[in-house]
Amino acid sequence: MKFVNEYRDQEASERYSQMIHDITTKEWNIMEVCGGQTHAIVKFGIDELLPKQINLIHGPGCPVCVTSLELIDKSIEIASRKDVIFCSFGDMLRVPGSKKDLLSVKADGGDVRMLYSPLDALKIAKDNPDKEVVFFAVGFETTSPANAMAVYQAKEQNIKNFSILVSHVLVPPAMEAILSSKQNRVQGFLAAGHVCTVMGYNEYYPLTKKYKVPIVVTGFEPLDILQGIYLCVKQLEEGKAEVENQYVRAVQRDGNLKAQEIINRVFKIGTRKWRGIGEIPDSGLVLQDEYIHYDASTKFGLAELVVEEPKECISGLVLQGIKKPNECAAFGTLCTPERPLGATMVSSEGACAAYYRYRKN
Amino acid sequence: MCLAVPGKILSIHGSAEDLTRVGKVSFGGIVKDVNLAYVPEAKIDDYVIVHVGFALNTVDESEAMKVFEYLKEMDELGELSEGENK
Amino acid sequence: MEDKEFSLSCPIPISDYPKVLLAHGGGGKLMQSLIDKMFRPSFSNSLLAQNHDSTVIDIKASKIAFTTDSYVVKPIFFPGGDIGTLAINGTVNDLCMSGAEPRYISIGMIIEEGFPMEDLWRVVQSLNTSAKEAGIEIVTGDTKVVDKGKGDGIFINSSGIGIIENNLNISPGNIKPGDVIIVNGDLGRHGIAIMAEREGLAFESKIKSDCAPLNGIVKKLIDSGIDIHCMRDLTRGGLSSALNELAESSKTEILIDDNSIHVHEDVQGACEILGFDPLYVANEGKFIVFVDPENANKCLKLMKSHLLGAESAIIGKVTDGTKPIVKLKSRIGTVRILDMLSGEQLPRIC
Repeated sequence: MKFVNEYRDQEASERYSQMIHDITTKEWNIMEVCGGQTHAIVKFGIDELLPKQINLIHGPGCPVCVTSLELIDKSIEIASRKDVIFCSFGDMLRVPGSKKDLLSVKADGGDVRMLYSPLDALKIAKDNPDKEVVFFAVGFETTSPANAMAVYQAKEQNIKNFSILVSHVLVPPAMEAILSSKQNRVQGFLAAGHVCTVMGYNEYYPLTKKYKVPIVVTGFEPLDILQGIYLCVKQLEEGKAEVENQYVRAVQRDGNLKAQEIINRVFKIGTRKWRGIGEIPDSGLVLQDEYIHYDASTKFGLAELVVEEPKECISGLVLQGIKKPNECAAFGTLCTPERPLGATMVSSEGACAAYYRYRKN
Repeated sequence: MCLAVPGKILSIHGSAEDLTRVGKVSFGGIVKDVNLAYVPEAKIDDYVIVHVGFALNTVDESEAMKVFEYLKEMDELGELSEGENK
Repeated sequence: MEDKEFSLSCPIPISDYPKVLLAHGGGGKLMQSLIDKMFRPSFSNSLLAQNHDSTVIDIKASKIAFTTDSYVVKPIFFPGGDIGTLAINGTVNDLCMSGAEPRYISIGMIIEEGFPMEDLWRVVQSLNTSAKEAGIEIVTGDTKVVDKGKGDGIFINSSGIGIIENNLNISPGNIKPGDVIIVNGDLGRHGIAIMAEREGLAFESKIKSDCAPLNGIVKKLIDSGIDIHCMRDLTRGGLSSALNELAESSKTEILIDDNSIHVHEDVQGACEILGFDPLYVANEGKFIVFVDPENANKCLKLMKSHLLGAESAIIGKVTDGTKPIVKLKSRIGTVRILDMLSGEQLPRIC
C-alpha cells in the first residue's frame, strides 16, 4: 500500500536507530501522546531500537480510554432503552462501565450497532424514523470533523430522531495538565500527527515557550516515530525547545481550516472529565446552543452521575505516564483483557492492553 | 487517535463547495465511499488521509519522501559514524 | 472458488411453502417431504440410500479419524461461500490435518422457523457441490426446526470420518526444534470477507473468502513420502491462534518472520482501515505444516505445484527454546511476542 509500506522499511529504521544512538548522551523522558503511536511502538518493537537512556512514556491519547465512567454508564442506560438504536465505534463496545459494557447490552437484546463512520448513524436515523438513533461521539480532534458533520447535516436535513452522546477531548489542555503537574517527568513530546492534520500546530508554541519542552508533530508508521524521536532527542541534547513538524506529508501549520470551520460551528469548548485523571478545564467539546437538541445527554434527560472506579485500577497514573502498566499490582492478575478493571486494558490502544499483548512473559 | 489511512481517489461526486461531496477511494484495492467535504481541492488520483469515512487532508507527495531525504542529508553531512560506540 | 449460480429450481413448491415451518422438523409428512424431495436427491449416494436410523459403513482401515464441528456463521451467505461450504470444508480440513483421507460426513441442521425455503435450497446445493468437490459423501443427517427467535436462521453440525492408511505420526507432539513452518498462501481473506458483509462495514469491491477443501493438497504431501511432523488449519483467531495452540501443546518456542507472510493488498487495505492485524484474522482454506529443515524446500515446491498452494511460503521455524511461546520478527527487524487474541478484534478509531 502506497504511503504505508514505505515507512516500514527495515534498513531505514536501523539507520534512524543508529542516528539516535549516536547523539544520545543523557537520559531523556519523551511522551508520545497518541494511542495510535503507542500501538505502533509496541507492535513494531520500536523501543528496542532506542538507547537505554531514552524512556518512552505513553500518554493519554486514547479517547476510548479517557472517556469517563459516567459517560459509559450513560451510554449503557440509553442503549438499554427499547426505542433506541445505539451506534458506536467498535472499540467502545468492550469498555467496562461500573457494572457492564455495551456488548452485554447487545447480548441482552439491546439494538447496539458497530459503525465505521458517524454518517452511517445518520443514515440509520433516516431509515428508521420511528426509533431514536444515538451515536457515541468519542474522539480527539481528529474525529471531531466527522462528528460535527453528522450533526450539521442532521440539522440541514431536519432529521429529528438523531442525537450524539458527546465525549470529545482536546489534546493541548491534556498536555498542559501533564506538564503543570508536580509529578511530571516528561521532557519532550511527540505530538499526535492526525490531530494536527485537523488543528495544525499553532497551539503548541505557547506550551514550548512556557514549559521549555520540544514538541515534534509525529506520524504513526515506524519511520515517522523514529524520525520524530530523533528530532526530539536532538533538540533536547542541544537545549532547544521548539515546535517541529516531522509529519510533513500530512500536516500543515494551520491545519484544515474547512474542518475547523465546521467544528466551531457545531461545537464549543467545555470542561470534561478524563477517566482516571479527573476534570481538566476547557479540555473537551460540547455542542453549541444552536445544536443542543442533538445532544443525547440533554435529550434523554439523564441526571449527572457520580461513579467510583475500582480501587485497584491505576489507569489514571498510567495515562499520565507516571506509572507503567506492569507496575500495577493488578496487572495480569486481577486485571486482564478478558476481565479488565479499567479502560486502558480494554482498548487495544490502551497502554495496559498493549503491554499485556506484546510483553507478557 | 487516530487511525487514518491514505487512499487514492478514483472518482468524485459533487462540487467543491458541497458538504456532501463524496468520492470512491481505493485502499490497496478495497474501495470505499469517503466524504470529501474537507478537501475541496482534492482531485482524482490524489491520495487523501481518511479517518472514519472522512478525508482530512491530501497527502503532499512532494513532502512524502522527506523521511528518506533526511537520511541522505545526514549521510552527506557525515554525521553517521559507523564504528562509533553507542 | 467461484460464486455458484443458483440455476436449479427448489424442489419444494415455494408458492406452497415459502418459509420453513415447525412442522418441517416435526417428524411427520412435511418433514418427510423435505427429506425426500430436497435432501435425499441432492446428496444421493448408496450409503444414504440405506435409509436407516444409522448408516452402516464397511471400513477396511486400521485407523480412522473422527471429528465434529458446528457452523453458526453470520451472514449465512458471503462472497466466496456460505454456511454449507463451510460445513463441508471445515470438517474435511480438520480430518486431513491428522493425515486422514476424508470419506464420510453427517449433516445435522437446526433451522429457525420462518427461514426462507429458497435459502435452505441454496445451502443444500452448496453442501452438495462442496461435498462433490472434496470427494466425500454425506451419508446421514438430521433436521430440527426451532421456534422463531430461538435460532439464528440456520445452524449446521457436521461430523466426519476419515481413513488413515499411512504410518505418519502427524501431531503436535511430533514438532521438534529446528522444524520449518510452511503456509499454503496468503492470510486474512475469510475474516475480512465476513466482516465486510456484516455490521454495515460494506466495501464496494468484494473480497472473497478463501474457503476450500485442503484434502487434495494434503494428499499430495502425504503421497510424496515426506515426513510431516504436524499440520494445522488456520481458522478463527488466524495464524496467531494456531501457532500459540501448537506451541503450548508441543512445549516449543516458535519464531516467525512477518516479512515472509503474504497478505493481499486489498486485505491489507481493509485491515488498515479497520485497525485489524491480519495475523489474527480468520482463514478457511489455509494450513501450516511442520517439517524437518532438510525436507523444507521439497515440501514447499510440492505445495506450490497445487492450485491451493500457489503462494506457499516458509514463514518461520521452531527454535531451541523450551518455554512455549510464539515470537514474531517484525517488518523492521525487531522481535516481539505474538500473543493469543482475547475476544474478537473490534474495529478501532485510534
